Amino acid sequence: MNALTFTLKNALKFSVNCSALTPNSLESKSMTDIANTKVTYGNHSVQVTDLFDITGSDVTHIVFKNASNKMDYIGAHMSSGNITIEGNAGAYLGFTMKNGEIHCTGSAESYAACNMVGGLLKIDANVGDFLGAGSEGLRKGMRGGTVLIKGNAGDRVGDQMRRGLILIEGNVGDYCGSRMIAGTIGVLGNVGTYTAFNMHRGTLLLKNAPNLHATVQDCGTHTLPYLSLLFKSFKKYNTPFSQLSSQRVQRFVGDAAYKGNGEILILNA
Amino acid sequence: MMMLLNTIQIDDTFAEAFNMRGTRVIITAQNLKWAYHAANAMTGFATSVIGCGVEAGIERELTTEETPDGRPGVSILMFAMGSKVLMQQLETRMGQCILTCPTAAAFSGIDGEDKISLGKHLRYFGDGFQTSKLIDGKRYWRIPVMDGEFITEETTGMVRAIGGGNFLILATSQPAALAAAEVAIEAMKKVPNVIMPFPGGVVRSGSKVGSKYKTMFASTNDAFCPTLKGATNTELSPEIESVMEIVIDGLTFEDIALSMKVGIEAICNLGAASGVKRISAGNYGGKLGPHLFKLHDILNGSNS
Repeated sequence: MNALTFTLKNALKFSVNCSALTPNSLESKSMTDIANTKVTYGNHSVQVTDLFDITGSDVTHIVFKNASNKMDYIGAHMSSGNITIEGNAGAYLGFTMKNGEIHCTGSAESYAACNMVGGLLKIDANVGDFLGAGSEGLRKGMRGGTVLIKGNAGDRVGDQMRRGLILIEGNVGDYCGSRMIAGTIGVLGNVGTYTAFNMHRGTLLLKNAPNLHATVQDCGTHTLPYLSLLFKSFKKYNTPFSQLSSQRVQRFVGDAAYKGNGEILILNA
Repeated sequence: MMMLLNTIQIDDTFAEAFNMRGTRVIITAQNLKWAYHAANAMTGFATSVIGCGVEAGIERELTTEETPDGRPGVSILMFAMGSKVLMQQLETRMGQCILTCPTAAAFSGIDGEDKISLGKHLRYFGDGFQTSKLIDGKRYWRIPVMDGEFITEETTGMVRAIGGGNFLILATSQPAALAAAEVAIEAMKKVPNVIMPFPGGVVRSGSKVGSKYKTMFASTNDAFCPTLKGATNTELSPEIESVMEIVIDGLTFEDIALSMKVGIEAICNLGAASGVKRISAGNYGGKLGPHLFKLHDILNGSNS
């Protein structure tokens, strides 16, 4: 069986909500039912065939071709299977994702991995603000799973993140790890200002030392044995993080303004 | 039926063993020397549940590829008569022996439906500075200590196990009995999933149930004491001057049976020149323990 493929017919004028097009939401549907599935386009409801050509029948693997950054909520509430996005993705990619794997070959807009609980999200290019953060009104962000970003990320990466792993090979914007509760964020590029702002707990693993604000304190250079466990867990991913081996790091702790016990580890100190 | 193995008589008897609860912990450190320091402390004073609460021992050395953190280590097995005692003893020994040992770390060495605390409560030693990491579905605790950080997995598995497998080595002299026991222990150490919890793996003070003294529920096994041959209902022939016992705890019946077979065969390979005359086993008439290790069946490979 070929992957169930949704090929975008024309450029989108408005945002389309793709949350209905996940492996678990389509698994019990016939091809006719899938074709008749309604999606929200702008402020009205349309049939999925109004926007996409449909080919293939394997609902456990869904492919979006000619994908655009107006395709929001791809993989939302996904609990099984695989989604491949050939092109860019809109906002809320992997929203509340529970399991399975999403691979975006382009860039994604803001709020990717928002409220994510489990699974693997891979983005080959850049991602917008609030990666792995919580949606409006929630006090917790990402609560599990793994996010791999090949490019850069915007501001507020991991805002209120509660658990899970985010690995970014490029640069990130300001307020990385802000209000972070737990979990791990790794960045191989540069980070912006106000890193670890109001950070409570968790780990920022950084290749390059940022300009930290006064309420993040230097604890010195150390060899931390737990990093061998962490680095071992990276080995299964196709990322430069899997090459890390040195457990020698400079450790900062903060945010003291928040009585925080979060740590910022600068690699190869 | 008489059974002779390389001139050594194998008694037509059985070892009687009991249900226990067991766990495995992996101890790692900067090098094997410190892993052994930690493991020896943790398995110290753990020869018999009668007086120690648990029976514990070092199972084997682990290579750097086998340990979770890539450092040298050893695996230890710990057994108790019930889950409550096992949990209590494990926590106490973790706190006093592993947390305190320089560079040591502790990890779960066995999966099981039941999980018991390894570092779950020990983390409070960190006084609020402790941090947890969930890596590949396993929760670890990092506790700041004066040499850096103490790493421990939150829980380990607890499984049903068997304790009290045994056999007796009856020889013409004390040196002969001990030398044969040492040979058996060296061979049995290569068998996985078992420990021999007594000093050097050997026990000289085998016991029987009960005593003439009301406060004692176990006392010397006078039937196998060579100096009492004329004073009690002895099991020993005139030429026997010394008896040594090897006790085995293991995760399964098959593990213990294999260990007994390996140990007995190692002794019998020594032949008559070793001074060993008979191999026997300790039991309570088959009325107390649910697991019977029949020596003839084990050596014939027909145990079940």
